[in-house]
Amino acid sequence: MAKRIDVSDLNVYYGGFKAVEGVSMTVEPRSVTAFIGPSGCGKSTFLRTLNRMHEVIPGGRVEGKVMLDDQDLYAASMDPVTVRRTVGMVFQRPNPFPTMSIYDNVAAGLRLNGVKNKKTLDGIVEQSLKGANLWTEVKDRLSKPGAGLSGGQQQRLCIARAIAVQPQVLLMDEPCSALDPISTLAIEDLINELKNDFTIVIVTHNMQQAARVSDRTAFFNLKATGEPGRLVEVDDTTRIFNNPTEQATEDYISGRFG
Amino acid sequence: MSTATDRRLPDDRVPDDQVASGDTSTPPGGRSGRDALSEMSNPHRARAVKDVVARVVMWAAFFLAVVPLVWILGTVIGKGFHMLTTSTWWTGNQRNVNSDDFGGGARHAIEGTLQMVGITALIAVPIGILTAVYLVEYGRGHLARVISFTVDILSGVPSIVAALFIYAIWVTAFGFSRSGFAAALALVLLMIPVIVRSTEEMLKLVPNELREASYALGVPKWATVVKIVLRTAFSGIVTGVLLGIARVMGETAPLLILAPYTKNFQRDLFNGNFPTLPMMINQDRGDFALATAAERMWGAALTLILLVLLLNVIGRVIAHFGAVKK
Repeated sequence: MAKRIDVSDLNVYYGGFKAVEGVSMTVEPRSVTAFIGPSGCGKSTFLRTLNRMHEVIPGGRVEGKVMLDDQDLYAASMDPVTVRRTVGMVFQRPNPFPTMSIYDNVAAGLRLNGVKNKKTLDGIVEQSLKGANLWTEVKDRLSKPGAGLSGGQQQRLCIARAIAVQPQVLLMDEPCSALDPISTLAIEDLINELKNDFTIVIVTHNMQQAARVSDRTAFFNLKATGEPGRLVEVDDTTRIFNNPTEQATEDYISGRFG
Repeated sequence: MSTATDRRLPDDRVPDDQVASGDTSTPPGGRSGRDALSEMSNPHRARAVKDVVARVVMWAAFFLAVVPLVWILGTVIGKGFHMLTTSTWWTGNQRNVNSDDFGGGARHAIEGTLQMVGITALIAVPIGILTAVYLVEYGRGHLARVISFTVDILSGVPSIVAALFIYAIWVTAFGFSRSGFAAALALVLLMIPVIVRSTEEMLKLVPNELREASYALGVPKWATVVKIVLRTAFSGIVTGVLLGIARVMGETAPLLILAPYTKNFQRDLFNGNFPTLPMMINQDRGDFALATAAERMWGAALTLILLVLLLNVIGRVIAHFGAVKK
């Protein structure tokens, strides 16, 4: 189910402002790639270009190429809605739909795209909740509101909701930054399991987290505020954290700045 | 603060806003140094006094607002309630009831008002909600600004002007006769801006994160708007619709101009005179000197108030069951 992402020479803009410049990298299938870097360096912005969520913001646009296996995500004939079904996303703050039950939240992506068969939905909801390590906690209260769960459970509910539409790639934008350490651990364990099926890209401010969960790490930085963010280097996580090629990476990892 | 020197008062007092921003060592404006000092030495007491003053002012404001309301309700209930308990009030009409006759029914006017407001809502609610959806979810640039501005103007249009506008188009230009429907068209003009503005506010309250969550699931924008955004804002939108209905239900000017009163039952919105509660009140007000007419007037007024109240209760119930579950 997982696919490779190939980015070449990507520039990302907000209106006239160039937020990210010249990113070229490859995200391997069935692995976890972490984006680290100081605030405002464009890692979240870049992440959002991988499922064309960036263009939801007025004035948001990109130049360059993003290939998902052999599909060009930014080809003129490509529908952003299709892209987002293939490349799912989990956000910083848990955002279950407040009007929906736990069940409806997980089924939302399918239902809103026209799947009505109750049996199919039941199966996918159970499978997705199991996939998100939430099934045992909620199986007796599937009809209760999703917003009534704890923060960590809500985030796993959002992950279940994202994997229910069976994407190829899962993007996670600081998925643990609003969670306590126990919930964070649960999500990290989950990421470890999910990488068997999905290509996972995670943005994190927590370098220990990047070191714990990721196979490869990309370090983003910007020269100065107002300058576009750039990809400094991307390599195996062990190498980035132990023996980075770039001095800037070394400085950031070792806490000399940022 | 660059304007400090320009704004310095003649007697060298410092404007209050400088005190608030804390960039001055001089005592607060309007007080002498000693006052400020003694106040500082007993900050607790000063705060308690301010607290009491603020409380008194707020309670006073509250009572000022409530007194007329209670007064009106008391008067209307006191003078009109016994009409509602007469045998014919809810079943009959005013046919062959002269001003100096007692009683008669209000059913013709109740049905008329509900029918007219119903058709008004049927036209105005979809237009209003769709306009709000456009403004919040789709509108960018000039067109949206023009529409938003137009809605502002529309909400300031006096009801009699809306009525005359419809009269000019419906009766003068198109040659239709005055009717319940013509009055409903004028009410539509009055209702739309209320619905647009209230719906807009409710849609803006829906967190952007929910829209993004939906997009990220590969849900198209229209489905996101219909199933997520409108659904989340549902109870607020219902409340706005009720406000709009309440606004037009007691509206009288358009009825005076476009829908002449009849004492008969009249279910045809397109032909002939049309009975409504405000017009019934107006009719009996003409013979106010007669106790029988005055009683009917108060009775009709109370009925109208109850009708608005009933719709509000119904709306609350709908909103409650559609509300965001916690």
